[in-house]
Amino acid sequence: MAKTIDQHFDTLRETRVWRSIFRSGTGSSTLKRALAIQQNVFLHLFSTKVRTRMLSFSATWYLGTLTLGTFLILVATGIPLMLYYHPSAPQAYADTKDLQFVVSSGLFLRNLHRWSAHTMVFLVFAHMFKVFYRGAYRAPREFNWVIGVILLLMTLLLSYTGYLLPWDQLAYWAITVGSNIASAVPLMGNKIRFLMLGGNAVNANALLRFYVLHCMILPLAAMFFIAIHFWRIRKDGGLYSHASEPTTLQAKNADGATAQEAQ
Amino acid sequence: MPDETKPANADSAVDRRQFFAKLGLGSLGIAAAGTAAFAYQFLEPNVLFEPSPVVNAGKPDRYPLDSVTLDVNSGIYIVHSQEGYFSLSAVCTHLGCLTAWKPELGIIACPCHGSKFKQNGEKIEGPAPKPLPWKRIWLNDDGDLLVDRSTDVPPLQRDSFVRV
Repeated sequence: MAKTIDQHFDTLRETRVWRSIFRSGTGSSTLKRALAIQQNVFLHLFSTKVRTRMLSFSATWYLGTLTLGTFLILVATGIPLMLYYHPSAPQAYADTKDLQFVVSSGLFLRNLHRWSAHTMVFLVFAHMFKVFYRGAYRAPREFNWVIGVILLLMTLLLSYTGYLLPWDQLAYWAITVGSNIASAVPLMGNKIRFLMLGGNAVNANALLRFYVLHCMILPLAAMFFIAIHFWRIRKDGGLYSHASEPTTLQAKNADGATAQEAQ
Repeated sequence: MPDETKPANADSAVDRRQFFAKLGLGSLGIAAAGTAAFAYQFLEPNVLFEPSPVVNAGKPDRYPLDSVTLDVNSGIYIVHSQEGYFSLSAVCTHLGCLTAWKPELGIIACPCHGSKFKQNGEKIEGPAPKPLPWKRIWLNDDGDLLVDRSTDVPPLQRDSFVRV
């Protein structure tokens, strides 16, 4: 008799190679399923158990997950773009045009990168509004809100640094204006602008600095904070659900107590 | 039972473990401060490959009387007025965009956020906080107009003009 696909997977999971990689073993018992999460380097950031209703669309609108999705798209499209882009003043603009008109699928990758960037900024704000209006930023999740604000700044800085890289008029004047805004910081503003641009004007040094920030420093920092952000969800008691919050339960119990006294 | 190996002020004294911990933390602190200083110095370029602030604007007769000429590359205006030649920064004092001379309106306008200036740099309307600064201008021995973009001069003063 022919095996079903599930049975094929079960056979695969029993093999010695599979078991050497995934030690939790087969089976769908609660323990086995919890182990599958807990013993995976990527998944162990997350809770081993989640309330079913928290997985429904209405609970979160999946905004955080979608933000991660756009971030992963940006990493996946950004790295191939780096293979054709030289962050130097004479070449940057021409390379951008080559990516659009000469490189196979270059236009697709560049546009996907750009649209994902716009979408990510939108989703980060939407995610934060959702968290704010549901009150999910409150104790014990205050620190994760702080991490979220840092991630918002990372997102905006990634947008800003990426904006210079096409090296066209729009990029040049946007960074000129933006760096002059930075110089409005009291006392050290001009110093910040000088260090940011690596000079007194938007030039080759600024392009290189923004490239390094955009492709190395900020993505690595963002990944670092994203990891903490996810890990804190588990540590702070899972996704926020009003009905199961300690304060809600306390209030419920108190109501029950007064109701009993009245009787 | 009194511990005879401990000195009398043992409670307030720093024991060996604490001493080494403090020594270690202190060294790390000094190393961190040094690293910060090193990083700051590293990030600040010592040599800049930027154009010279002094610009050669050519012979004065290139600029007809009552004209305002923008040099896009150096970001300055050469104005030939009745009083003589003077030079004006073309960089908007708001956020650094390059302004443009509008001959049909007789004003200098910024395309980014709509600041407007008179021909002598005086502000007509914001968001620019300050007028366009005047730059030092003089004639060299070859009879060329030179402008030092790094030096501001007081506007409308006798010495701020070049007369030919």
